[in-house]
Amino acid sequence: MTIYLLKRLLIGIATLIVASLVVFLMLEVVPGDPARLMLGMNTSDAQVDLLREQMGLNQPLILRYLDWIRGLLRLDFGKSYTYSVPVIDLIRERLVVSFPLAVISLTLSTLIAIPVGLFAAARRGKAGDTAAMAVAQVGVAMPNFWFALLLVYVFAVWLRLVPAGGFPGWGNGIWPALKALILPALALALPQAAILARVTRAALIEVLNEDYIRTARAKGMPMRAVLWRHALRNAMIPVLTIMGLQFAFLLAGTIIIENVFYLPGLGRLVFQAIIQRDLIVVESVVMLLVAAVVLVNLIVDLSYALVDPRLRARQ
Amino acid sequence: MKQWKTILAAAALALASGTAAMAARTDLVLGMPLEPPHLDPTAGAAAAIDEVFYANVFEGLTRIGSRGEVLPDLAESWTISDDGKTYTFKLRSGVKFHDGSDFDASDVKFSLDRARGESSVNAQKGLFAPIDTIEVVDPATVKVTLKNPLGSFLYNLGWGDAVIVAPESAETNKEKPVGTGPLKFQNWAKGSSITLVKADGYWGDPVALDKAEFRIIPDAAAAIPALLSGDVQALPNFALGDALAQVKADPRFKVVIGTTEGETVLSTNNKKPPFDNLKVRQAIAHAIDRKALIDGATGGLGTPIGSHFAPHNPAYIDLTGTYPHDIAKAKELLKEAGLADGFKATLKLPPVGYARQGGEIIASQLREIGIDLQIIPVEWADWLKQVFTDKDYDLSIVSHTEPNDIDIYARKDYYFNYDNPAFNKVIDELNLTSDEAKRTELYKQAQKILADDAVNGFLFELPKVGIWDAKVEGLWENSPIQANDLTKVKWAD
Repeated sequence: MTIYLLKRLLIGIATLIVASLVVFLMLEVVPGDPARLMLGMNTSDAQVDLLREQMGLNQPLILRYLDWIRGLLRLDFGKSYTYSVPVIDLIRERLVVSFPLAVISLTLSTLIAIPVGLFAAARRGKAGDTAAMAVAQVGVAMPNFWFALLLVYVFAVWLRLVPAGGFPGWGNGIWPALKALILPALALALPQAAILARVTRAALIEVLNEDYIRTARAKGMPMRAVLWRHALRNAMIPVLTIMGLQFAFLLAGTIIIENVFYLPGLGRLVFQAIIQRDLIVVESVVMLLVAAVVLVNLIVDLSYALVDPRLRARQ
Repeated sequence: MKQWKTILAAAALALASGTAAMAARTDLVLGMPLEPPHLDPTAGAAAAIDEVFYANVFEGLTRIGSRGEVLPDLAESWTISDDGKTYTFKLRSGVKFHDGSDFDASDVKFSLDRARGESSVNAQKGLFAPIDTIEVVDPATVKVTLKNPLGSFLYNLGWGDAVIVAPESAETNKEKPVGTGPLKFQNWAKGSSITLVKADGYWGDPVALDKAEFRIIPDAAAAIPALLSGDVQALPNFALGDALAQVKADPRFKVVIGTTEGETVLSTNNKKPPFDNLKVRQAIAHAIDRKALIDGATGGLGTPIGSHFAPHNPAYIDLTGTYPHDIAKAKELLKEAGLADGFKATLKLPPVGYARQGGEIIASQLREIGIDLQIIPVEWADWLKQVFTDKDYDLSIVSHTEPNDIDIYARKDYYFNYDNPAFNKVIDELNLTSDEAKRTELYKQAQKILADDAVNGFLFELPKVGIWDAKVEGLWENSPIQANDLTKVKWAD
C-alpha cells in the first residue's frame, strides 16, 4: 500500500516538473507582446520597450523560468502583467466561483447518473434501459452552451426565477450566490451525468456477468441488494476514474458555460490572460490546474484502494 | 360596509405604493463585452477603461461632447496667445478629488508632466510631445507653452489619456481610481463588474443616477437574455450581429444605431510589390463592392467611406465615388500594371466579427479580378506583432478607432508604409493652423489625397449599436470618443 502510494506520488511530481517546462516554453513560442497589447497602436517602440522593462520581460528566458519556479515553490505566483496585482489574488477570486460550481455540478451529475446507471443495468435490454440510454445519448450529443441558453430563456427570461447570469459574490449572502450558480451547475451537470450514467451502466453490466453475482442471486439475495452491495462497489473503479477527470475539467474547462452566464470563473481568467498575453497568469493557473489534476488522480488512486481490497492487500 | 372600508384602504395603499414605484429609478446596469485590464485611463490603450471612466469619474481640462465638439471641463475658460503657442487656462474653483483633496493648478502640472515624462507609459504619449513648459501661475491658472502652434491641442486635452489625476492617488489609480467627476469608483469585482456611485459635492450639475454598474458580458448570445430578463438595462455599444433582430421589434427597448470614430480599412502594405503600384491599389478599390460588404459584415449598419475620415465630422467629404465598383475597370488597371492574370496575396484578419466576416467578402470580391487571397486569421497579440509592428503582411482589415486620426498616414514607419510628401505637408500645415475654416479646408485636402492614392481600401465607418430600456434617457447615440457618458442619463418618470 505504501509503495503503491509512493509510486503514485513520484509520478505526480514528475508530471508537475515536465508540465512546468512545457507550459513555460509553449507560451514563450507564442507570438505577441503583452506590453504592445497594453499600449495599443498609437505608441512608439521605445515606449513599448520601457513598459517591457517595467514588467521584467527583458530578462533572459532561463532567469525568468527559474524565478517563476522559485516563486511557485514559495506559493508566490508573481504579479499579473495586465492587472498588476498578485496572481494568487486573481486565482483566489476566481476559485470562489469555480470551485463551488465544480462541486455542485459533480454532486448533481453523480446523484443523477448512478441511479440511472443502476436502473438501466438492472433492466438490460428492456424498454426502461433503452429509454434511459436514449435520453443519455441525447445528453451526450447536446451542446452544453445551447442547453445553457435554453435554461436561461426558460428560468431567467420567462419565469424570472433566477438571474440570467453574473455572480453577486458570497458577501451578499449565500442564497443569491447559490441562485446564480444553479443554472450553470445544471448546464454543466446534465451532459456529464449522461456520460457518467453510460459508464456506470457498462461497468455494472460487466460485473453482473461475474460468478459471485450469480452466487449471490442463487443464495436468494434480492436483485436490488445484489446491485447495491456487490455490483456497484465492484463497478466503481471506471466510474471514479471518469468522475476524477470530470472534476478537473469542471474546474477550468468550463469557459463556454462561464461565457454564457458571464461568470467570473477560472476558465475566463485563463482565456482573458491568453488573449492579453498575460503570460504569468496563464502559466500559474495552468500549473495550478495541473497540480489539481495530479491531486485528483492521486485521490482517485487512493479511492481505488478503498473500494478494492485487493489493491490494499497487494504490497 | 366594513368590507368596503377594507377595499378602500387596500386601494389607497395600492395607490400609495404605486406612486412610490412611479418615482424614477436611480440605478442603471450597463453591459459591456470587454473588461478593462486595469482602471487607469492614463496608462493603457484599452477602450474599455475610457468606456467606464471617461467623463464619469475622470475629467480633463477639456472634454469631448456627444457631437465630437471640444467643451470646457476642469478648465473654465482659456486664452490663446497670438502666436498660437501659449495657452492660459483658467481653472474651475471648488473642485475636489473623490478622496477629499483639493484640485488646483499643481494637479494639472503634475498630470501633464507625468503623461509626457520619461518613464511615462501613457498610450497616447504623442499627444503631449508638443508641450514645452507647464507653468503654475496661481492655484487657479495654468500656462502651457507649446514648442510649435498646434491647432488640435484643445481637442487633444479632451482625450481620456489626458485626464487630471492627483499626485496622492496617481500610482493606485489602476486599482482604485480617484478622479474629480460626478460619479466615483466604488468596487471592481474582477471578471464580473465595476460599480460607480454618485459623488457628493460635485462642482457641476449632479448626476441623476445614484449608482451605475458596468457588467462584463463577453458574449452577445448572453447579453440579449440579460437584457430581456431585466438584469441589465442598457447595452450601449455591443456588436450583437444576428441577435439584434431579436430585440429590434420589442417596444420595451430602444435600438439606437450611431456612428463611431472607427474607420474600417483594408490596410495595405504600400511598399510591398505589387501593392506599391498605384494601379494595383486602384484596381482593388474598383473591385470592392462596399454595399455588399457592409450588408455582410455589419448587417447593413455601417456607413460607406471613401477616405480615412468619420462621416459625422463637419469637415467630412464624401469620396466614395473616387473609385466606384467597376470590375471591368479594375481588370483593365491590373492589365496596365502587367498583372493581367492576377496574383496571390495574403489577408491577415484580427479576431473581430467585422474583419473575419468582411475578410471573406473582400476575398470573394477580389477573386473576381483574379486576385487570390489566402485568409490568415490571427489573434490580436499576433496581429499587433506581425502586421502592426513587423509590417509582415500584404493586406489586413481593421478599424482605426482613435478619433481624428488621419495624421497616422503622415507618421514615419506606420504599418501602411505610406509616404507622400504632399500629404505630410498638409498635415504639418494643419498642426500649425488653429483657424477652424482653414483647418476644415486642410482636412478636406488630406482626405482627397488619401482617396486618390488609394492608400488602403476605404470600407466603412464602424456602427455603434446601442440598445437600452425605452425609459432610459441621455445615453450617447454616437461615439465621437470612446466613452459611456452617464452625466445626463436618467430614467423617465
